[in-house]
Amino acid sequence: MRPVAVVGIGKTAFGAFPDRDLRSLAVEAIQNCLADAGASPGQVEAFYLGNFAGPSFAGQSHLAPYVAAAAGITGIPATRCEAACASSGAAFFQAVSSVAAGLYDVVLAAGVEKMTSQPTPRVAEILASAGDLGGEIKAGATFPALFAMIARRHMHEYGTTREHLAAVAVKNHDNGFLNPQAHMRKRITIEQALAGKPVAEPLTIYDCSLVSDGATAVLLVPLERVSDFAGKAVRVLGIAQASDRVALDEKDDITTFRAVKVSAEKAYRMAGVGPDDIQLAEVHDCFTIAEIVAIEDLGFCKKGEGGPYTADGCTLRTGSRPVNTSGGLKAKGHPVGATGIGQICDLVIQMRGEAGERQVPKAELALAQNLGGSGATSVVTILSAL
Amino acid sequence: MTEPIALSNGRVYTETTVWSPPEKFVNDAPYQLAIISLDSGGRITARIEGDRVAINDLVEFVEYRNEIPYFRKKQ
Repeated sequence: MRPVAVVGIGKTAFGAFPDRDLRSLAVEAIQNCLADAGASPGQVEAFYLGNFAGPSFAGQSHLAPYVAAAAGITGIPATRCEAACASSGAAFFQAVSSVAAGLYDVVLAAGVEKMTSQPTPRVAEILASAGDLGGEIKAGATFPALFAMIARRHMHEYGTTREHLAAVAVKNHDNGFLNPQAHMRKRITIEQALAGKPVAEPLTIYDCSLVSDGATAVLLVPLERVSDFAGKAVRVLGIAQASDRVALDEKDDITTFRAVKVSAEKAYRMAGVGPDDIQLAEVHDCFTIAEIVAIEDLGFCKKGEGGPYTADGCTLRTGSRPVNTSGGLKAKGHPVGATGIGQICDLVIQMRGEAGERQVPKAELALAQNLGGSGATSVVTILSAL
Repeated sequence: MTEPIALSNGRVYTETTVWSPPEKFVNDAPYQLAIISLDSGGRITARIEGDRVAINDLVEFVEYRNEIPYFRKKQ
């Protein structure tokens, strides 16, 4: 297996863009990525596009060649990957795998979602299709409801509090405030978070990520070819994807994501590092409780201690291991199909020392964790500086 | 359409009250959902009618309505 490197990153801003369609967002991210890498569309040998629900949100299918051609890329394998909110994590996993296997040298992976053209109840319904339509969704569960039930159980078993959840929201909003590409650049207080409008008890609007439009892209090449490209390269030291049952009521223990634990263990093993070596992370905070469960499952703290660990400031920009310095899905925004590769882009920005006011002092070894549904897909990636 | 057979009673494993519903349940909100650990084994996601329930409360099966199982707090 060949070592793989990221030599280009590209993003659109995340937000609500009524004048932009899915394709124009994806093309902008791809063009930014190719420009960053100093590569041309003609050099791309394969293309993987992460997208959760373009056919439902925008009515368009056959998205990978549709997007690629608009970016000047034809005549290559162009494939859409769908894994709910881990769609572009899955696209990234496929792209890394194909370069590592020696199938291709120059592979583009992108992610896109155009969500804000639909009213909120319709968005909730489209997102709910990532759950089990025959059981939990039929009974009236939404994704906030599923994570609310995870939160309730985590509170019951470990004493996690609403203040712990609010600490995640306050931190991520503080980071998003400093990110020029974030959807919501607004600081909030613990009191505001606690007094938010209920969505699914105990979660309020301040516990939920945003409904956003946006696109992201990365260019991957074998490590031996990084000098052929302009972008400051970062190595993919470890990566793994894992699956689990879709329905929450079929999981033995809903206070942990088994797919996250499995993919993290494999990625750590491939990278030859452990949780204590990781200096910063982007984790999948689709809801505040998801960040708490993620940092436990990744081994950043002990099981059940994610709440106090967060409230103690360990995951702040100035903490011992910063988490979601981009603002996370909570404040940066969550265009679901773009999120996984967005996490990779945000880590590369930190590892290049280009994060401006958000820059952390140590960024040589970083981890991204992208979750699909209520834990049926997880992709964990470990990046290292060259 | 044949409604599924009756379910056993059970205990609340976790629960939430939904205030922001999907499109088709806009008129039901707010409503309580729970994952019930059934006495007969396994778990099911169900609606709660009547009094709100909390984790570990005992609940009894009421009926299926539009293929959705309903439970209520055991008196």
